[in-house]
Amino acid sequence: MSSYRLPSGGLVDRAASLAFTFDGKPMQGFAGDTLASALLANGQRLVGRSFKYHRPRGVLTAGAAEPNALVTIGTGGRTEPNTRATMQELYAGLEATSQNRWPSLAFDVGAVNGLLSPFLGAGFYYKTFMWPAGLWEKLYEPFIRKAAGLGRATYEADPDSYEKCWAHCDLLVVGAGVTGLAAALTAARSGARVIVADEHARAGGDLLSTTATLDGLAGPAYADAMLRELASHPEVQVLPRATVFGWYDGGVFGAVERVQKHVAAPDPRRPVERLWRIAARRAVLATGAEERPLVFGGNDIPGVMTAGAMRTYLNRHAVAPGRRAAVFTTNDSGYALAGDLERAGVEVAAVIDSRPDALAFPGLRARVIREAVVSDAHGGREIQAVDVWADGKRERIAVDSLAMAGGFNPVIALACQRGAKPRWSDAHGAFLAPDVDGLSLAGAAAGVTGLAACFESGVRQASAALSDLGFRPTPLATPVVEGDVVPAPAPPLWMIPGVKGKAFVDYQNDVHRADLDLAVREGYGHVELAKRYTTNGMATDQGKLSNVNAIGLLAKARGVSPGEVGTTTFRPFYTPVSFGALTGAHHGKHFQPVRKSPLHDWAARRGAVFVETGLWYRSSWFPRDGETTWRQSVDREVLNVRANVGLCDVSMLGKIEVCGPDAAEFLNRVYCNGFAKLPVGKARYGLMLREDGFIYDDGTTSRLAEDRYFMTTTTAYAAGVMTHLEFCAQALWPELDVRLASVTDQWAQMAVAGPKVREVLQRVVDEDLSNAAFPYLAARDVSLFGGRLRGRLFRISFSGELAYELAVPADYGESVADALMQAGEPFGIQPYGVEALGVLRIEKGHVTHNEINGTVVPADLGFARMVADKPDFVGKRMLSREALVAPGRPQLVGLVPLDPAASFRTGSHVLSKGAAATLENDQGYVTSTAFSPHVGSTIGLALVKNGASRHGEEVLVWNGLRNEMTTARLTSPVFVDPANEKLHA
Amino acid sequence: MASRVPCPHCGLRPKEEFTIKGAALPRPAPDAGEAAWIEYVYLRENPRGAYDEFWHHTSGCRRWLVVSRNTLTHDVYGARDVALGGETQP
Repeated sequence: MSSYRLPSGGLVDRAASLAFTFDGKPMQGFAGDTLASALLANGQRLVGRSFKYHRPRGVLTAGAAEPNALVTIGTGGRTEPNTRATMQELYAGLEATSQNRWPSLAFDVGAVNGLLSPFLGAGFYYKTFMWPAGLWEKLYEPFIRKAAGLGRATYEADPDSYEKCWAHCDLLVVGAGVTGLAAALTAARSGARVIVADEHARAGGDLLSTTATLDGLAGPAYADAMLRELASHPEVQVLPRATVFGWYDGGVFGAVERVQKHVAAPDPRRPVERLWRIAARRAVLATGAEERPLVFGGNDIPGVMTAGAMRTYLNRHAVAPGRRAAVFTTNDSGYALAGDLERAGVEVAAVIDSRPDALAFPGLRARVIREAVVSDAHGGREIQAVDVWADGKRERIAVDSLAMAGGFNPVIALACQRGAKPRWSDAHGAFLAPDVDGLSLAGAAAGVTGLAACFESGVRQASAALSDLGFRPTPLATPVVEGDVVPAPAPPLWMIPGVKGKAFVDYQNDVHRADLDLAVREGYGHVELAKRYTTNGMATDQGKLSNVNAIGLLAKARGVSPGEVGTTTFRPFYTPVSFGALTGAHHGKHFQPVRKSPLHDWAARRGAVFVETGLWYRSSWFPRDGETTWRQSVDREVLNVRANVGLCDVSMLGKIEVCGPDAAEFLNRVYCNGFAKLPVGKARYGLMLREDGFIYDDGTTSRLAEDRYFMTTTTAYAAGVMTHLEFCAQALWPELDVRLASVTDQWAQMAVAGPKVREVLQRVVDEDLSNAAFPYLAARDVSLFGGRLRGRLFRISFSGELAYELAVPADYGESVADALMQAGEPFGIQPYGVEALGVLRIEKGHVTHNEINGTVVPADLGFARMVADKPDFVGKRMLSREALVAPGRPQLVGLVPLDPAASFRTGSHVLSKGAAATLENDQGYVTSTAFSPHVGSTIGLALVKNGASRHGEEVLVWNGLRNEMTTARLTSPVFVDPANEKLHA
Repeated sequence: MASRVPCPHCGLRPKEEFTIKGAALPRPAPDAGEAAWIEYVYLRENPRGAYDEFWHHTSGCRRWLVVSRNTLTHDVYGARDVALGGETQP
C-alpha cells in the first residue's frame, strides 16, 4: 500500500482491505477509514478545486465542518454531490469524483480566476456586472454559474427508500464523545430513557484520537467499555451515523440517521436514511468544539489542516500527514500533536507558537519558536514551505505539512437555533451559549477542556437534568486520566502580521481576509451585512470554521470586541439534509393517498379512462371500438343518456349522516334554504354559505327518518364540509343535540339517468317506481333483488333527465352495477363518465364549483328565492351587506356562439358588442364550456353583469391569452327541458 | 408553532394532525350590527404574545379545541374542548 500509512496502530482493520476509486484512479483503504483518511493514506492530497478561484484544495478537517474535501459519491441515481470526504465511510467499490474542475483536477482551466482575483473580490457581482442589464441573464449569470460551483445533482431518480419516525425519551444526548458518553451513562444508570445520537460511524469522539489513558485503558477501549454498558440498558438507544440537525419547539429534535450510506449496495428492504423526530424532555448538548483555523497567506494549500484533524488521521487512522511537518499554534493543543507526530516518526520541523510565554514540553525534540507566526504558506498543489516571522525577521522553513491550532469554537449551533444568543467569553476566547428550555451544554461545547473535566461536565449536566425530571441521578466517578494535554484557554489570534498571499477565512466560499476589510471599508461592517456582502458563512458548511474568525477580524477592523460584533443567526439544518430524508416515503405514487371508488374495478373492466380529481380516480369516459377521440366517446355517452339510459359512478360525492333530535334545526342553520320542514322520505337541494355570505358548497340532503338525514356534498369539498359541520356543531351551537358521521366510503352510489331508466331500475328495485309511488325528489330505503339487499334510492337528477341515484353498501357496488347493466341491456344502457356528466349538467344549467367559485351569492346563480327568512343561518348577516345586494352583480347566463362551428374557452371574458377589450368594459367571464351534442355547438355558462336580464344580447367572447374573439349570444343557462318535464315524467 | 399539541382527548400529539382555523372569536348574534360582523369575519389582532385559536384535531378525535399559545415564544399553554368547556389542560 501507500507510503503515508503508518506500519502499525490506529483503529483501521488492516485485514479488511477496501478497493475504491478517486477520479477513476484505483486506490486501497481499510475498514475503519473515512474517504478522507484513505485518500491521505494514498498520498492524494489534492481533492478539489475551490468555489471561485479554483484553487487546489485538500482535506482540512476530520469532521462535519469540512469545507474543502467535497466530492461526488456514487453513480447513476445514487450520485451524491458535495459529500464531505471526512464524513464518508470507506466501502469496497466506492467511486468518488472531484468537483468544480475542468478538464481535470490537476490541470484546471478555471484556476485563471485566481489571476483575475482583483476583480472578483467581495461584492464583485454588484459592481462588475451591472451594465448593460440585458447581459446579466444571457451572459454573466450563466458564466458565473458555470465557473463557480460545487458538484452537480443527477437527473436520475433515486432508487433508494427513506423513512421517518418518532422517538421519545427523558434525555437526549447529542454527541457521543467522552462528555456525551458520561452524560448518557449517568442517565442510563439512573433508570431514564436515553437516546444518544452521534454523527460519526463510531462513537467515542476524541477518545478515538487521543493517546491519553483513562483508568489505565486507552481512549478507544474506554469508549467501547462505556458503549457496552449503555447497550446493556434496555431503555437506552445509541444512534450512530445520526446527525441532530435541528431543535424545534416543545423539545422536539430533528435527526437524520444515515442507515446505509456506507455500503456499496443498500439492502432494498431497509431505508438508506431515516429521519427522526425525537421528543426529549431534556437534552444535553455534548457536541464538542471545532478547532479554529489560522488566517495566514496560503492557509488553504493542500497539506495544511487543523491540528486536531492531523492528530485524528495520525492516531485513529494511522496516516502520517507527511514526512516533515510544522505546527502553528496559539495554545497548548498544538504540542499534543507535535508529541504524537514525533512518536510516529514524523519529523516536526518547528512548533511556531504565537505566545511569548509558552511553556516547554518535556520530551519534545522539535524546535519551538515563541512569539512567532506563520505569515504565509507556499506551494502549488501541495505545501512546500512556510514563512515564519519572529523577532521582526522572516525565516522560510521547508515542510510538507502544516497544522493549525487556533483555539476552539464550541459547537453551539443547536442551542442557538431557537433564538438564544451566544455571548463572547474573554476567559474562554470563544462564544458560549446559555442553557435554555431544558437544553444544557456540557464538555467542550460548554468551553470545558481536557478529558477529565469534560467527563465531569457530562455527569454534572446529566445529573441536573435528571433531578429536574424527578430521577435520583447516579453520578459516575471520574476516571483517572493520564497523558492528556489540557490546553488552557489562550487569547485568539485574529490578525496575523506580514501576510502576503490570500488568507482564507471561509474556505468553501473563497472569502479571504481582504474581503472582510473591504466590507468594513465600504460600510458593510455589521456582521449580517458583512455576511451577505462577502458571502462568508453562506456555503454548505454554514461557516462552521469561518464565522468566528470573520467576527474576530470584523472586530479588529472596527476596533470593538467580538461580543459587540455578535454572531449571525443560527438556523436548522446543522449539516445538509437530503431531500430524500425529508420526503420519507411520500414520493411518486405515495406522495398522497389514492382513493378508488367501490366501482373502480367495475369501470376499469369496461375500459374506462381514469382522471385524477384530488385524491380520487374517476372514470372519465368509456371508449368503444372505432372511437379515436375522447369527444366521440363523450358525445355518444351524452346522447345515449338523453335518448336511452346511462349509468355513472357518483360514489365519490361526499356523504355525511346527520343524526339526533336537533338534526333538523342544525341543517336549517347550516343551509341558507329551509330544511326544518323537509318531510321524511324527501330530498332537497341545499346551498351552504360561508359566514361572509358567499356560497361554500351545494348538494342534496334527504330526510331518511325524523332524526336522520343523509347529506351529499361535492367531491372536492367533502372533507371541508365535514370539518365545517363539526365546527358548527361543536363551536357555534354545542347546545344542539346532533351527531355527524362521514359515510362517503360506506356507499357505492350510481346515477342512473335517461328516459328509459324506470324500466331498468324496476327490474332491480322491489318497490313500485311509478311516478305516483316514487315521485320527483323521493328518497327512501328500498329493497333490491327480491329482498336480498337493501339500498337507498333518491329521485334526483344532475343531467336533467328522469334520473335516480341508487346507493348500496360499498362491497355490493360492483355486483349491483353489473346487474343494472344487464337489466338495462335491452334498453341500450351504457356507462358514462365524468366528462359526459359535465356536458349533461352544463346543458341543464346546473352549477358546480366552476360557478360556485367563492365570488357568488345565491342570487347571482338565480337562487335568490331559495334563501329562507329564518332567524339564523351561516352567512345570513353578511349576505345582506351592500355590495352583495347591489345592482350590477354578475349573474349566471348561458352562452352560444352565433356560428355553430365557432367555439370559446372557459376563462374567456365577455364584452359588449363593439367594445374594446379593456378592464372597464369587462362584462364577466365564461365559467364552463362544453360541446353540446344536443344543441349542436359549443355552449357555455358565464357570470355576466346583470346577465339574467340580458338573454338574447349579442356579445364578444374574448380570450386575451390566445388572442381569440368569438361572437356569441347570451341565453338562459338551461339548454335542455326548461319546463322540467323530463324530471317529473 | 408548537411541535406537539396537548389534545384533551388524545394527549400530546404532533401538530401535523391538526388544522388551524384561526382566532377563537365568539360568533356575534345574527342581529348584531354590521361592524360586529365585519370584525368577526375579517379583522384579526395578530398579537405578539398570548393567543387563543381554534384548532381541529383532524387526524385524531375530530374535536374542535381552543389552543392557548404564545406567538412569540411558541409556548403552548394548553388546550380545551370548545364544546365541553372545562379548564385549559397543559
